[in-house]
Amino acid sequence: MMASNYNAKEEDGHQPAAIGHGGAGTVKNKKPDNTAFKQQRLPAWQPILTAGTVLPAFFVIGLIFIPIGIGLFVTSNNIQELEIDYTGVDMSSPCYNCSQSYSWNSTKPCLCSVPFFLDQPFESNVFMYYGLSNFYQNHRRYVKSRDDSQLNGDKASLTSPSKECEPYRTSDNKPIAPCGAIANSLFNDTLELYYIDPNGSRTAIPLVKKGIAWWTDKHVKFRNPGGNDNNLTVVFQGTSKPVNWRKSVYELDPSDPDNNGFINEDFIVWMRTAALPTFRKLYRIIHKKTNMTPTLPLGQYILEVTYNYPVRSFEGRKRMILSTISWMGGKNPFLGIAYITVGSVCFFLGIVLLIIHHKYGNRNHSADIPS
Amino acid sequence: SLNYVVFPPTEKERHLRANDRELNLSYKYADNAIKTSKYNIFTFLPLNLFEQFQRLANAYFLFLLCLQSIPEVSSLPWYTTVVPLVLVLSMTMAKDSSDDMNRHRCDKQVNNRKVEILIGGELQSEKWMDVQVGDIIKLENNQFVTVRMEVIKVSAEGDKVKGETNLKVKQALTVTGKLEDSIEKLANFNGEVRCEPPNNRLDKFTGTLTLNGETYSLDNERILLRGCTLRNTQWCFGLVVFGGPDTKLMQNCGRTTFKRTSIDRLMNVLVLNIFGFLMIMCLILAIGNGIWEYQEGSKFAAFLPKGVNAPFSAFLTFWSYVIILNTVVPISLYISVEIIRLGNSFYINWDRKMYYPKSDTPAEARTTTLNEELGQIKYIFSDKTGTLTQNIMTFNKCSINGKSYGELLDFSGQRVEINEKTEKVDFSWNNLADPKFCFHDNSLVEEVREGNPEVQAFFRLLALCHTVMPEEKKEGELYYQAQSPDEGALVTAARNFGFVFRSRTPERITVVEMGELVTYELLAVLDFNNVRKRMSVIVRSPEGKLTLYCKGADTIIFERLNPSCSNLTEVTTEHLNEFAGEGLRTLALAYKDIDPEYMEDWKLRHHEANTAMDEREEKLDALYEEIEKGLQLLGSTAVEDKLQDGVPQTIEQLSKADIKIWVLTGDKQETAENIGYSCNMLRDEMNEVFIVSANTAEEVRKELQTARRKMTPDGTEEPTVKKSRSGLFCLLKTETVADEPVNGEYAMVINGHSLAFALEKDMEMELLRTACMCQTVICCRVTPLQKAQVVELVKKYKQAVTLAVGDGANDVSMIKAAHIGVGISGQEGMQAVLSSDYSFAQFRYLQRLLLVHGRWSYLRMCKFLRYFFYKNFTFTFVHFWYGFFCGFSAQTVYDEWFITLYNLVYTALPVLSLSLLDQDVNDWWSFQYPQLYTPGQLNQYFSKRAFVYTVLHSGYSSLVLFFIPWAAMYDTVRDDGKEIVDYQSFALLAQTCLLIAVSIQLGLDTHYWTAVNQFFLWGSLSVYFAVIFTMYSNGMFLTLISSFPFIGTARNSLNQPNVWLTMLLTSILCVLPVVAYRFLRILLWPTINDKVRGRGSTHLSLVRQDKVLPPAPRRVQARRTSTRRSGYAFSHAQGYGDLVTSGKFLRRTPKSRPALFSQTDSPLAQTQPQSYRTISEWEEPPLSP
Repeated sequence: MMASNYNAKEEDGHQPAAIGHGGAGTVKNKKPDNTAFKQQRLPAWQPILTAGTVLPAFFVIGLIFIPIGIGLFVTSNNIQELEIDYTGVDMSSPCYNCSQSYSWNSTKPCLCSVPFFLDQPFESNVFMYYGLSNFYQNHRRYVKSRDDSQLNGDKASLTSPSKECEPYRTSDNKPIAPCGAIANSLFNDTLELYYIDPNGSRTAIPLVKKGIAWWTDKHVKFRNPGGNDNNLTVVFQGTSKPVNWRKSVYELDPSDPDNNGFINEDFIVWMRTAALPTFRKLYRIIHKKTNMTPTLPLGQYILEVTYNYPVRSFEGRKRMILSTISWMGGKNPFLGIAYITVGSVCFFLGIVLLIIHHKYGNRNHSADIPS
Repeated sequence: SLNYVVFPPTEKERHLRANDRELNLSYKYADNAIKTSKYNIFTFLPLNLFEQFQRLANAYFLFLLCLQSIPEVSSLPWYTTVVPLVLVLSMTMAKDSSDDMNRHRCDKQVNNRKVEILIGGELQSEKWMDVQVGDIIKLENNQFVTVRMEVIKVSAEGDKVKGETNLKVKQALTVTGKLEDSIEKLANFNGEVRCEPPNNRLDKFTGTLTLNGETYSLDNERILLRGCTLRNTQWCFGLVVFGGPDTKLMQNCGRTTFKRTSIDRLMNVLVLNIFGFLMIMCLILAIGNGIWEYQEGSKFAAFLPKGVNAPFSAFLTFWSYVIILNTVVPISLYISVEIIRLGNSFYINWDRKMYYPKSDTPAEARTTTLNEELGQIKYIFSDKTGTLTQNIMTFNKCSINGKSYGELLDFSGQRVEINEKTEKVDFSWNNLADPKFCFHDNSLVEEVREGNPEVQAFFRLLALCHTVMPEEKKEGELYYQAQSPDEGALVTAARNFGFVFRSRTPERITVVEMGELVTYELLAVLDFNNVRKRMSVIVRSPEGKLTLYCKGADTIIFERLNPSCSNLTEVTTEHLNEFAGEGLRTLALAYKDIDPEYMEDWKLRHHEANTAMDEREEKLDALYEEIEKGLQLLGSTAVEDKLQDGVPQTIEQLSKADIKIWVLTGDKQETAENIGYSCNMLRDEMNEVFIVSANTAEEVRKELQTARRKMTPDGTEEPTVKKSRSGLFCLLKTETVADEPVNGEYAMVINGHSLAFALEKDMEMELLRTACMCQTVICCRVTPLQKAQVVELVKKYKQAVTLAVGDGANDVSMIKAAHIGVGISGQEGMQAVLSSDYSFAQFRYLQRLLLVHGRWSYLRMCKFLRYFFYKNFTFTFVHFWYGFFCGFSAQTVYDEWFITLYNLVYTALPVLSLSLLDQDVNDWWSFQYPQLYTPGQLNQYFSKRAFVYTVLHSGYSSLVLFFIPWAAMYDTVRDDGKEIVDYQSFALLAQTCLLIAVSIQLGLDTHYWTAVNQFFLWGSLSVYFAVIFTMYSNGMFLTLISSFPFIGTARNSLNQPNVWLTMLLTSILCVLPVVAYRFLRILLWPTINDKVRGRGSTHLSLVRQDKVLPPAPRRVQARRTSTRRSGYAFSHAQGYGDLVTSGKFLRRTPKSRPALFSQTDSPLAQTQPQSYRTISEWEEPPLSP
């Protein structure tokens, strides 16, 4: 047995304060307070990694993760998704010509139609996305090239945009609205979808262009200058359109004052820059019509593209995606697979550790602490 | 060289004239105002800022701030740097200003004390600060001195100054002494003083006084030092020689070296490496940017604003990344470290188990920057007197006329253990007895009261033969002032046994013998010195009988005994051996009746010798030798040099913790050895105790070598020295002598003389090797400088952390030299405490300081550093990975506000609570298993290796934290089809994952979960969520549009199930491998900590229920039958003999001193057992360094 520590009696016993000589009264005792904190005796829980806690934890995590993973995987697999690359890289691609000839400066729109076949009907609401690859919307110089005050309808910023917008701040000595590189590079392809009846007639599929942006963006972050003044032409007077744009910001959707100017939803969606160089952005929604017919029945379709947006220069790609969604969002099998993998690894590790514990567990017997 | 600051000799010689302010002022000597403060109101801000920016980290952040002001480079808004910087600066500023305010207050208090100065022919009460060099000031009894004065005139009643240790005699020159207290004479006094310039040597002073054309020499005996207290004199006039900062105390005040801990040094090296690492990361990213600009950026020009050319862009990017990745060298690191140390220092101050109620002294951490080093001590250098021992002597045993007293036997004749409960002898029959005196053997009292002549003679001798000064405050209340505590103990013993030494004049000694007043005529005092090792007095009893009483070292006395007492000598020797075996300090007592005629003759010759101009000492010695012959042995005394409570246990505990304890003492070899045995440092079962006490260098070397070869017969002759480089830029060359294995236990005792040789350059290695092989090393008769040299030697070649503990002025050098100095605030003044880093009242608290506080501090600091680096590296690496996905454009992954607040708000408090509250095992287990201390000595918890592991761990975590969200979010959308992979949502996801992951990691690292930890951890997480919801709210956005662009992100992201599933996944993936690894480690390679923790948890309930431990009732006073001779009980160098016989000393009668010890007697003195005084208090409030 080891020698125990010295435990002098007086050390914790309270001694009355020494009385000062000559009746000076009680001298304040310097004995430290006896509080749990000061004496470092705070009640505490001291968890230890023992077999009793670690092994069950591993098994439990395994048992929870695997079902979640399977659920996620199945959900993701049930999502219907169709992706069409219409960049026009191949000679065979219908948009090849457009992609070759196009630059920002051309005035004549280039049209191309991409036929595709849907071998499975899309039952629920269908979301139509455009996707860009190798497009660095997250580049620092790009990301900061905007003026949120201007987009929020601030009059002062409208006429004198933030310096961050350089070099897309002014054009012809007039302030650009909306300024900056993000706005300047607004995606301006027009995508239309037609269903080809078996009899050969084309039916345009109604594409809803509202409700594609975040509510907060649409109602708080983006506001037209001039508040409820619907005459945007007047409001934006004295500003210039972004150099790459064909039309001014107040002409984005002249038909709907609620979707025009800065609060145009296509514009808002674009302005929410992507985190990664490959991204997709919501373009249109195809609402489910009735309960009886699928939103997009099986069959032949044509995607009509007004090909404006140049991506070939930087080896970018453009895609059109049709997708249904689930409770966990769009199609992404990764989470499901990851959960299944991690769950299995956990379970497996649990077993391995259990074996090791059985084999060597007795080593950690406290009796053999050298004294 | 190491313990004294060398001040530039600006002043060659000091010259001043009394009462001549004009002349003295012309020299521009420092006045007496003390200024320890650094700032005043106006200089505070600029000076403090200037100082703060001299720190590397702060300067670095200033540099970052400059970088951020360049728009091309700025990758983060200004507030990410400014907020932390301002916070850190203001915290440091607050601390500095409060420190300085304290100093101001101290200064003020000291400066505004009143003193009487002789100005214009009369005494005026002035403030201390107005005292000028050359002034004549008046001091009164018990006042303390705040200038350094030369005593030029004192009352003719000799004075003593209670100074650093014991009372010291200070006397005025005869010529100035004649001035007495005549104000007129003093005012006309115009002596000129020339003396040495200010220095810090307390024991030396040289100068001259020129008065009326004659020159008198001034030495240390004429000088009163600042900080002393005047005793035993009513008043004293003095001439001020040095003022304020020039005084010796102030010159000694400064901490000579700034101590840093090894963790500090390691941290600096690491920070430097981190800078290098940072540069490499930035370089990689910059090159990446160059390539990207070249390959992609140029073609991307239609979308991105003006592209610059690739190399220039890379250059700019480099600096942008320097800004972004700055979090690897977090500014909050240093301030957090300081806070942690401060907190742990407070714990030391607060610890009740280190509070000593008898003197009302709590432990004090005087330095707040060394705490974790307390957990890494490898060598302890301890003083003996006052540190291991109480410096209180108690009269324990005696042998009178062949009979031994003091032992307590029970009915069967067995020795009875004496402890506090043992019944004490009742001295109530003696109304002059000292109530604090304890004795347990009743038989001695009976013998005295029965009138046994030998016993009475024995105590008569003790009452007469000494140089103790009595003080009688009130009738019957006696206080003895002895120069050595041994003497005090002996006189007190005599007092209690009925031979009360009452008063003395130069010619008479008055003793109350068994209630009867007897006055002896004192004919001569044959004083003690180191060579004689004895002292004698010759007295004439009232009956006219002449007797010489002598006490001294047994060997010396026995040589001078009358052959008739050979039988008695034998028995007494036996007793002496017995006493010595118990570690008692012994003296032999003898007497001799003297023929009056012979005495006459002898006295004449004595007077002649005494007045002889040359060879006085020799002549006197011869005379003494002549008369101290043919003595009759009376017996012997045994005085216990009482060990402090718990010293052997503490030493045992510390040596179990693998700490080596060396005792460095000024004591004699025998005394030191005895204490070694009674502290259990030397044991009879040791293989051998080497004693090195040679007189030449060669002999010393030989003895050391012999000892070493004995310990390792097959060891190498040449020491294995590992040379390495360390420190910043590897500039520091270090040599480490490896520990050598030894079979068996050895100890070494080396005396100062040999040590002087052994510490020479060519032999120090030999000494070190031999000494380090020994379990115990005792160095005796060492000088303060040697103490420091020994410490330096170990520091130099062992690269181990050293601690020096001592209580006296002679320990100051070693306290300053060691990594950590501990002062025992005991009875020997405050010098040691003032220069120490930690102080407390009892040696035994050392084990708590090291095994509990030190261990915890070290553990906490290491945990803190590991965790801190982990969380910041993880934070930063994610940026690094993101660089590959954003064209290396220095885009941040997180919201800028998150970057600003991460270290300061979200993670600050949890990590602080971890590093202030964590305990792996509680103090009880720390004591149970001192081995828990060893990881600290081996630097196991935080080293370069541990740092590399931390970096790798962060690398893994950051990979998980970036790529899991990346993959989980790739090309996906919200559950309403809208966007979720936009930059802002991704940033939110990444930062939330990070925060949760580091919080869980914190939880894993926490061993001691208190409510505070929980509160801070959960509180910080809640604060995080509260902050993001606030900052991303409509209101914030609309008030400051450009600062809060993340509007709505929290609402829109955190309602998505896949976001939460991603967070869960990243957290589990971050934690899982760590848990598995730790579990396996505990399972397969458990450390001592794991075992104790495991054990602690299973036994916890048991321990908590009944706190009774098997106490250690072991008085390790095993009876030794060794024949070692004890040290004799004289510990002072030279007696008071001169003073006693010189007329000067005691002219006053006790009655004429009305209020001698009225105000300043502290309670401390009252609690002292026995009433002679050797205690002194440093009454000046310690000046803040």
